[in-house]
Amino acid sequence: MRYPFPVGRSDFIQGDEAIARAAILAGCRFYAGYPITPASEIFEAMALYMPLVDGVSIQMEDEIASIAAIIGASWAGAKAMTATSGPGFSLMMENLGYAIMTETPLVLVDVQRGGPSTGQPTLAAQGDIMQAIWGTHGDHSLIVLSPATVQEAFDFTIRAFNLAEKYRTPVVLLTDAEIAHMRERVYIPNPEEVEIVNRKLPQNEEEARLPFGDPHGDGVPPMPIFGKGYRTYVTGLTHDERGRPKTVDAEVHERLIRRIIEKLERNKENIISYETYALDDAEIAIVSTGIVSRSAVRAVKILREKGVKAGLLKLNTLWPFDFNMIEELAEQVKKIYVPEMNLGQLYHLVKEGANGKAEVELMPKIGGEVHTPMEIVERVVG
Amino acid sequence: MAKEIYSTYPMVKYLRKEALPTALCPGCGGGTVLNAFANAVDQLKIDPKDLVVVSGIGCSAWIASPYFLADTLHTTHGRAIAFATGVKAGLPDKKVVVISGDGDLASIGGNHLLHAARRNIDITVILVNNFIYGMTGGQVAPTTPFGAKTTTSPYRNIEHPLNISETIAAAGASYVARWTTAHVYQLIESIKKALQVKGFSLVEVVSQCPIQFGRRNQMKNPAEMLRWFLKNSVPVSKAKNMSPEELEGKFVIGEFVSRQRPEFTEEINKLIDEVQENFGLKGE
Repeated sequence: MRYPFPVGRSDFIQGDEAIARAAILAGCRFYAGYPITPASEIFEAMALYMPLVDGVSIQMEDEIASIAAIIGASWAGAKAMTATSGPGFSLMMENLGYAIMTETPLVLVDVQRGGPSTGQPTLAAQGDIMQAIWGTHGDHSLIVLSPATVQEAFDFTIRAFNLAEKYRTPVVLLTDAEIAHMRERVYIPNPEEVEIVNRKLPQNEEEARLPFGDPHGDGVPPMPIFGKGYRTYVTGLTHDERGRPKTVDAEVHERLIRRIIEKLERNKENIISYETYALDDAEIAIVSTGIVSRSAVRAVKILREKGVKAGLLKLNTLWPFDFNMIEELAEQVKKIYVPEMNLGQLYHLVKEGANGKAEVELMPKIGGEVHTPMEIVERVVG
Repeated sequence: MAKEIYSTYPMVKYLRKEALPTALCPGCGGGTVLNAFANAVDQLKIDPKDLVVVSGIGCSAWIASPYFLADTLHTTHGRAIAFATGVKAGLPDKKVVVISGDGDLASIGGNHLLHAARRNIDITVILVNNFIYGMTGGQVAPTTPFGAKTTTSPYRNIEHPLNISETIAAAGASYVARWTTAHVYQLIESIKKALQVKGFSLVEVVSQCPIQFGRRNQMKNPAEMLRWFLKNSVPVSKAKNMSPEELEGKFVIGEFVSRQRPEFTEEINKLIDEVQENFGLKGE
């Protein structure tokens, strides 16, 4: 199969474009979207590429329809994606919950911009962290990834598809206007270099009869996709292992919801990803995610030059969250700083994890600009 | 007792027996719609394995799921057609049918109905119009007749109902028909036609809700409601020569449009061929 872009070499492209190319390489063959700044370039690239790889790209009437369509396509057996920004992300919340409840693999890209409401359409923010994790109603879990570079936007998109397929769950890729529009050198691998994970399909009739059961004991049921004669029943209502609505049975509800949460929780170690820089002997830790991490690395270098034993923990995943790791970090260091482009979201997760073992200080910044390294340095050295 | 009744019903083979008896109220028109749909599937000899039935939220959504024995997707309120769009794009060779109510498809989901018709995607929508939100307790709907009483228009409805079939015909659907639950044979024929037409098809079924609508509007029992439908039904051909005043309170029944227009999934395939040809990728 030939790809509509060069593979096996580097290219100089925007974050949005990188996400589209990665999706194609990951096997995404259905895209539904609605125009919105700063995510539109993902859609435009998908519209351009999809017909060349026998895929489908549809412009739906709104973002609610976009996520609905990709859920439908996922049950039809396709790897599917949509991308949006804050206002559209808010509109998608109900159906994101539906995807969690029906254990539908999909990738939802939220290119963060300043909010609330229409806010700052062209400027970056990290104000959707809590919404990505907790935005839909009810008890739930899902996977949230957070790239800091255009290369990571590419790599994490492929990972997002693989995680979605492996755990039968929606995955949110949380980028921002800065990464979306910034051009960087990205290595686009050959298809054979790309690890591809496909969803488990039922191996026999018995498995097909349990679309929401746990026949393998790993919490992830095989997915009896439509059109194969399984006569699968899928509903957002509380349902039993066979998919039948059981809306007033407390036991069925608890069993279903706990399994949906547990299937990610027990695989935390395989899902959670982070990087550290100069953290081993650090007395001051910076915990960051996404674009801010790039200033944070530089800040740590400057602080080290000034004799301050600083280190960085950069979180590549935001959910599931490793609270224990943060507690261990808090036991090691005197103070943790959390620079983020909002008025305090990741901060609350870190503070909960630190569990009082170290002081946690928020470095908030809103308005559209990324923290400069010196802003972080000055905050640390006072 | 219940099991014996089902065993003599020829269409029971299309139903999820363990979900029976239905949750529908006695006298509900939903059973008639389910029966008409099952008969249409039966007469066309469609294998239920080649069907995907999608529904939204409300009493009429339950007609499709859990009761119909096919791949069924019971979705969020109003969004059934948007979900069905993804299903159809992924499985263009399957028959994708949406069965849901007037509140679900024409109020909260009105935008999706309109745009699926414009897009002319090959989905069949059976819209059960009972003029009311039944499951939530009889609230006013965008289809409630002017002057009717509901729990959220307790004095009288001061809004005018949406003419769904005319709107969707204007939006570009390939096939649009309206019948009532008192016109079962015509309804079956129209559902058959809708299932066969290539393009977006809508069959609007005016249906009785004696519990939430009839009871508050001087029609306590289902038979009274069916008589109301029959007495006030006007064929499309006759309605053409009637003034809006004469048509007030009437149910215009029959086919509104039946035409060939380019269908969305076929257009996708054409585009794929065309683009790959242009880029010299054909056959790779």
